[in-house]
Amino acid sequence: MRLRSPHLLGIEPLEPDEITLILDTAETMAEVSRREIKKVPTLRGKTVINLFVEPSTRTRSSFELAEKRLSADTLNFSAQSSSFVKGETLLDTARNLEAMAPDFIVIRHREPGAPHFLARHCQAAIINAGDGTHEHPTQALLDAYTIRQRLGRFRGLKVAIVGDILHSRVARSNILLLSRMGAEVFVCGPPTLIPRGVESLGCRATCRIEEALEGAHVVMVLRIQLERMHSGFFPTLREYATLYGLDLERFRRAAPGAILMHPGPINRGVEITGELADGHASVILEQVANGVAVRMAVLYLLAGGAEREAAA
Amino acid sequence: MKRLLKGGRVVDPASGIDARRDVLIDHGRIARVAEGLADPEAELVDVTGLVVCPGFIDMHVHLREPGEEWKETIATGTRAAAAGGFTGVACMPNTNPPNDSRSVTEFILKRAREEGVVPVYPIGCVSKGRAGRELAEMGDMAAAGARAFSDDGAPVRASWLMRRALEYAQVFDVPIIDHCEDLELVDGGVVHEGQIATRLGLRGWPAVAEEILVQRDILLAEYTGGHVHLAHLSTARSVEFVREAKARGIRVTCEVTPHHLVLTHEAVREYSTNAKMNPPLRDEAAVEALRRALADGTVDAIATDHAPHHADEKCVEFALAPFGIVGLETAVSLCIDRLVHGGVIPLGRLVELMSCGPARILRLPKGTLRPGADADVTVLDLEREVEVRAERFRSRACNSPFIGWRLRGAPVMTIVAGEIVYDGRHGPEEEGSPGVG
Repeated sequence: MRLRSPHLLGIEPLEPDEITLILDTAETMAEVSRREIKKVPTLRGKTVINLFVEPSTRTRSSFELAEKRLSADTLNFSAQSSSFVKGETLLDTARNLEAMAPDFIVIRHREPGAPHFLARHCQAAIINAGDGTHEHPTQALLDAYTIRQRLGRFRGLKVAIVGDILHSRVARSNILLLSRMGAEVFVCGPPTLIPRGVESLGCRATCRIEEALEGAHVVMVLRIQLERMHSGFFPTLREYATLYGLDLERFRRAAPGAILMHPGPINRGVEITGELADGHASVILEQVANGVAVRMAVLYLLAGGAEREAAA
Repeated sequence: MKRLLKGGRVVDPASGIDARRDVLIDHGRIARVAEGLADPEAELVDVTGLVVCPGFIDMHVHLREPGEEWKETIATGTRAAAAGGFTGVACMPNTNPPNDSRSVTEFILKRAREEGVVPVYPIGCVSKGRAGRELAEMGDMAAAGARAFSDDGAPVRASWLMRRALEYAQVFDVPIIDHCEDLELVDGGVVHEGQIATRLGLRGWPAVAEEILVQRDILLAEYTGGHVHLAHLSTARSVEFVREAKARGIRVTCEVTPHHLVLTHEAVREYSTNAKMNPPLRDEAAVEALRRALADGTVDAIATDHAPHHADEKCVEFALAPFGIVGLETAVSLCIDRLVHGGVIPLGRLVELMSCGPARILRLPKGTLRPGADADVTVLDLEREVEVRAERFRSRACNSPFIGWRLRGAPVMTIVAGEIVYDGRHGPEEEGSPGVG
């Protein structure tokens, strides 16, 4: 079996069997990362361009490590060095990258749909590493991988996603993925940060944190950005922390053995207390570790997976 | 010079005619409308099997001249209008410089005389520089030929300015046309706020941001006694407000675009920038409500909001692309196919919406084929099968979500003041063929 699309533009087009395939493949890839020599020749001779037009540390390093462990040649363009600051359009950038004949372009961009735009104009396989407030599919996949690793299933799980849902690509991808895999997803935040029609993605929305947390098996906390305060979504970070900040006390409402997740970077004392982030329920650093394996799996499968290797 | 349009079905709601009639044109005016006309001096124009209507007027277009000639010019835009079945267009003032003074109004009219294929009715700015701070010289512009005033592209933001504009415009008996958008509420929104916006991660442009200004403008029209015309209404509540206001006798008129009558926000699903317009495409319920408002007389005009942009400007990330689509060369076919053949409105109502309505709103002595009227005539072939093809557009731009659509019904001849400015009766191959063909 292989992925149906040549690109990974989002979770939305993925079928449950494709999601399972990626997660299963990631398990094999995780094994590579546990070896002494953490490298396989799978993508030898393949070129990956990492086009990060928006600042990113975690995701970019994770992709780069995944690419290197698969022996790909990698090339990094970042927001600061790229021609975007010189006013080049995305189309011209795409054409110039295309002229270098890459096999993959991993793109992080502030505009929703930028990866879809590249997919229309490039031959390379496009991987969405986060497009504005739209999707962040590899983050959702690594979150799912972490959940499956810890809890062994999706069906019947209650997942609470707390925070700025409106501006969160992580929330969108996770709602789509987890609901598709049979989990019951609650999103929670002040109504100013809940997008209209979010239920249509496959979740329930509430502004009461107790309701979201009650009996949850997974609590996913989203980063709250300071600039949202200045745009009138809530009065102060202090008040936000009081109403929606996660601490040990609130977390007690979750089911026994519940796990705490955060896509990072965390604001200690705002959306989550340090004690909780560093506590035994937290799987935040596992998420980071799993990111490499999941991204290796995505690259491997988009390159053709086992079928290609068999043919070679 | 005489012309005799022979063998057609005349649809002229203003004089209550929908029947086989011949139309005799003499010296740029309608001379006679009757059965079995003959005139040995007249040039015979065979319109057998075709529909002969009073000239269609598109009261909302962006011709981009002066200032953005790479998008469109008065020459190309009026050529597109003629091919699209329009005998006249009213152009919005958001040019560069904006049409906020007599000199710009005169420039537009001069260019239209020199290079225009159909008449151009300039719409002047409400405010100087379209900046929304002080009234522009409406009297001077009206004297030069401006037919209405608007800050289109943007709303008249300040309520006090809208009030003053509605009061002051009464001196010249012209409407104030408003683009209803509460900018603070829209706050950078690019698509209808709802499921699709949420799914695509794009900023929402909520329906209520239009409705608030619609209701404000209606209240101010009532308060001042001025005539407000609401451009490109897109929501169910907007037309409901207009319906109620009309019942109360308030001087309010409104228009709807073909695209808001035919498409929903589903069209932006693939981040298609050619489905990005302002106001945005709405949901199915809105389309239904707009269609009902066409049928029940709430809506006064169909106008295209023809908004040409260069292909490079649209070929960018969705949020960065400019709003707007071209409409002059697809409007009539879309309306015949989807609205008339689609059973939403009868043909006579379409003629009211595209001819009589705009003429009445802009105080033009047009919109009828009564003897003595200007001989502006649109001829339709209700059965012509057409495919929308970008390479056939007369417009300089081709930013249309309808490329590739197959439609039944098309404009086939356009006559302005008795002169044939477009003749596509014999198919798309000949010179003067329509953008659809």
